[in-house]
Amino acid sequence: MIFDKLAAYIAGYAFVRYALIVGVLIALCASLLGVTLVLKRFSFIGDGLSHVAFGAMALSAVLDVMLKNTAAGDFLQRIGEMPLILVITTLCAILLLRTGQNTKIRGDAAVAMLSVGALAIGYLMMHLFSTSANVSGDVCSTLFGATSILTLTRWEVWLCVILSAVVVAVFILFYNKIFCVTFDETFAKATGVKANAYNLLIAVTTSVIIVLAMHLVGSLLISALVIFPALSAMRLFKSFRSVTICSAALGVCCALLGILVAIGYGTPVGSTIVAVDIAVFALCAALGAVMR
Amino acid sequence: MAQLICRDLALGYDGCEIVSGLTFEVNAGDYLCVVGENGSGKSTLMRTLLGLQTPLRGEVIREDGLRPNEIGYLPQQTQVQRDFPASVWEIVLSGCQSRCGARPFYTREEKKLARENAEKMEITPLLRRCYRELSGGQQQRVLLARALCATRKLLLLDEPAAGLDPKVTAELYRLIAQINKEGTTVIMVSHDISAALRCADHILHIGDEIFFGTKESYLRSATGRGFAGGEGAAL
Repeated sequence: MIFDKLAAYIAGYAFVRYALIVGVLIALCASLLGVTLVLKRFSFIGDGLSHVAFGAMALSAVLDVMLKNTAAGDFLQRIGEMPLILVITTLCAILLLRTGQNTKIRGDAAVAMLSVGALAIGYLMMHLFSTSANVSGDVCSTLFGATSILTLTRWEVWLCVILSAVVVAVFILFYNKIFCVTFDETFAKATGVKANAYNLLIAVTTSVIIVLAMHLVGSLLISALVIFPALSAMRLFKSFRSVTICSAALGVCCALLGILVAIGYGTPVGSTIVAVDIAVFALCAALGAVMR
Repeated sequence: MAQLICRDLALGYDGCEIVSGLTFEVNAGDYLCVVGENGSGKSTLMRTLLGLQTPLRGEVIREDGLRPNEIGYLPQQTQVQRDFPASVWEIVLSGCQSRCGARPFYTREEKKLARENAEKMEITPLLRRCYRELSGGQQQRVLLARALCATRKLLLLDEPAAGLDPKVTAELYRLIAQINKEGTTVIMVSHDISAALRCADHILHIGDEIFFGTKESYLRSATGRGFAGGEGAAL
């Protein structure tokens, strides 16, 4: 039976447990912030940043080759590629937010520019400095996260756990402020709330989640993890708090189910989770239509 | 006692001037109505008073210890809000955010204040409802209750009656007048001149000619007679 097989996997292999822990935590963070991102019409910032993260990942791979056998190279090897990607993506998130306030290049154009630019340069770099014979295979696994969640090191798991805890804590502590800024930014600014600071906080948190989520679903599918639970929850509930809670619950359940199915049937993890998300969205949309 | 003084303000975007030479004073407890044609700079003036925009020239002086987080604001509705999943209670309470500073959660007093303001705006039965399912008039009352939570001294209203039917509009003006009577200064932008003349005690007319003064002197002035038309005679 498939259940026996799954139970044996979970009990027998640490990497399966790691994948489940990390997957659930990432899905929780992504779906919590997803509500705000969808409502602020920022859905595409997630997409843009994930492409930037892809470029950063390529850069770190190149650095790995170039700095091999030096002290800096050893250091990079030890901490893994995540911190570097995190720093670059966060910087881009701040940059995007800044250009959003400046009228020379509008927000959506800036996002599009940065995202396809990073994607192209990243792919180019992977080709020029390739380490393995199978470049397209590497690219595919980075874009769709084919197996990276099953090859996490212990240190990466801990980094994921700590960062997710920080994201959830930030979200709870700033929940009321995030609501205020999301619902009506002009009112917030007019009444003396530091809206720009909270927008920055949202952007930085988003970039952290995206870098984390790259391991789970790959950089092309991250947006799905962010927007689907939020959109599903919005079909069913009508207050911000219930939508947020429902979105988090749906995100976690879908990720759990998706990872288990993927392990049980040997399908790619990222796309299986997204498929489950889509199915749940369809279900919620139907339920919402019936309830109305 | 003056709360807000504007001296020789010039307003506009990107160096392009819309209106200049605005000088006026708002005293505590006043009800000032800003009137003028579309595009004359009414909303720009509002944004400047709120500190969302810097004036090209001149200055806005807040007297009487008035701080930005003591100003309430009723904005023109934006499209984003219309499909937002939020309950009335969440929205009214969010008006208290300016009192929070860095504190993460609302205090019991703030929740009490939100309930009182909801009571004042007669929306207590709606508190659990979803904002986007309310009628236009109910939505404006919710936003007004939120603005009341944010205000301690001054309330700025930007076209509060836009898109409302006459009966609901009259109801809204009654509530605003009541807020003013209880001691809050009100500055309202409106293109509805007859309502402005009925409610306000001071008028600021912006456009080609600028007028500032009491309602009575406005009705006697050339600007007022030209703009208000037959309304002055009716009063």
